[in-house]
Amino acid sequence: MTIDQTTVERIAKLARLEIPAEEKAGVAKELNNILNWVAQLNEVDVSNVEPLANVNDKSLRARADVVNDGGKPEDILANAPSSTADFFTVPKVVE
Amino acid sequence: MTKLTDLTITPALEGLKTKQFSAVELTEAHIAAMETPQARGMNAFITETPDVARRQAKESDARRAAGTAGDLDGIPLAIKDLYCTKGVRTTAASHILHNFEPTYESTVTQKLFDAGAVMLGKVNLDEFAMGSGGVTSAFKPTISPWSGSDPAKATRQLVPGGSSSGSAATVAAHVAMGATGTDTGGSIRQPASVSGVVGIKPTYGRCSRWGIIAFASSLDQAGPMTRSVADAALMLRVMAGFDEKDSTSIDTPVPDYTKALGKSVKGMKIGLPREYRIDGMNPETDAIWHKGAAMLRDAGAEVIEISLPHTKYALPVYYIIAPAEASSNLARYDGVRFGLRVAGESLDEMYANTRGEGFGKEVRRRILTGTYVLSAGYYDAYYLKAQRVRRLIRNDFLEAFKQCDAILTPASPGTAFAIGEKMDDPVQMYLEDVFTVTLNLAGLPGICVPVGLAQNGLPMGLQLIGRAFDEETLFTAASALEKAAGFEAKPPFTA
Repeated sequence: MTIDQTTVERIAKLARLEIPAEEKAGVAKELNNILNWVAQLNEVDVSNVEPLANVNDKSLRARADVVNDGGKPEDILANAPSSTADFFTVPKVVE
Repeated sequence: MTKLTDLTITPALEGLKTKQFSAVELTEAHIAAMETPQARGMNAFITETPDVARRQAKESDARRAAGTAGDLDGIPLAIKDLYCTKGVRTTAASHILHNFEPTYESTVTQKLFDAGAVMLGKVNLDEFAMGSGGVTSAFKPTISPWSGSDPAKATRQLVPGGSSSGSAATVAAHVAMGATGTDTGGSIRQPASVSGVVGIKPTYGRCSRWGIIAFASSLDQAGPMTRSVADAALMLRVMAGFDEKDSTSIDTPVPDYTKALGKSVKGMKIGLPREYRIDGMNPETDAIWHKGAAMLRDAGAEVIEISLPHTKYALPVYYIIAPAEASSNLARYDGVRFGLRVAGESLDEMYANTRGEGFGKEVRRRILTGTYVLSAGYYDAYYLKAQRVRRLIRNDFLEAFKQCDAILTPASPGTAFAIGEKMDDPVQMYLEDVFTVTLNLAGLPGICVPVGLAQNGLPMGLQLIGRAFDEETLFTAASALEKAAGFEAKPPFTA
């Protein structure tokens, strides 16, 4: 359960997060400290205990499946770093 | 006449009603306070909005003249920069949102404005509300008014607590009459405690989260920070309520919390959880806790010892669940739709560069922790395990509330620490939330009331915990505690 630099690189890739090379060793150490600390949960017997994801146990409300918002491309694109016509633009994905 | 910035909200509303002063005058007094070099030295505001405030104050006076004034009409507030405000930059104190200008208004700020509130500006916080000192902000740390008469020049600069650091600092320094905060693990109650103000985190589902930038969605709640319990009751009544735009918002009536104030606590059962007497506890924290219990006993309440056996596991559970939810919520900051974009050779590289440069150290740490505990092979061992222990923590409270009506605990382990302290080891900073985090996991309401000063002259608050959707009992007990404590200390700097 030890996190080394390779693991840090793997998680960073999953999270799409660039970590400067000189920070990787430090990050590994900090994550290990945190994970060693949370490991105390292993003391707790949770057999027959259901996970609690939401304190309001009821299932979430549903609403009618109808369009109730939209038609505002200017608002949606207002903060876009780059856009063309009514589209967000990104670096080329397909060659 | 009293300085307008010395008034709390409740008497100020009376003054507005009886035409002792106008909303414009009240607002101008607070704008002047906000613009003093000492107030600016606290670094409490990320964006000052005096023009918005002046327009709203003028409109407020017109409404009052027309007899259509709302419940908070003309009251100048500070808004935590985690609430989206239409047309006003909203940053979450992060470089990744440094230029984000929402095209919509959060439900809670809309409710406040509909009630006539005036916005002085957007206040500082820990980046994405991740922190306990206000020190992780990309817009520099907030400095507490308790640091000295000129906080920016103080030799030992104290934190106002966090994450709602600017909210606590502006309210404590009389720059704002009240502020909005948000609380995921203690971010309203811990800063309230170390800054000497009142703060309430209501029941999960009480206030809409719509338009509040998400940190950990199953834990986040909005709430007010004020200089009196009555003001908190007034503000929460306006902020709370069902919102169909938040699927976790609960459709239940919002009582008039002000009616719960000043009621007798005779016969009320107050529990003191023995597990909150933690190892190495600050003796002054312990002393003030028992002083608070004695105050409630003297007011007629029955104080009993209770047990919350899984308390010590709350922080480890939180530091699995909150980063997990954060890593998912913060996936949206990818440089495509809003905020910062840092170029890269490919789309993936652009994402990674944008996020690497846009997020600060603590946010990156939590995203990585969250990604790890949710990744294949670790999900059951960490995330599901934490959710199971979370249920045990909530069950502890359900059991305890069979014996008592409210629970009294410390709100923070000690008084305010200095900027730069607790930075070497993240776990040390995480321990700041040891008394507050349990409630977020259980979804329960908690209020922090200032009770006294420690020997170092800094404020200490106590926390009252209530049953779900029973904020009224909390307001009754909190007003009794407030009356008994008679906390009137002011920080060395007030505007």
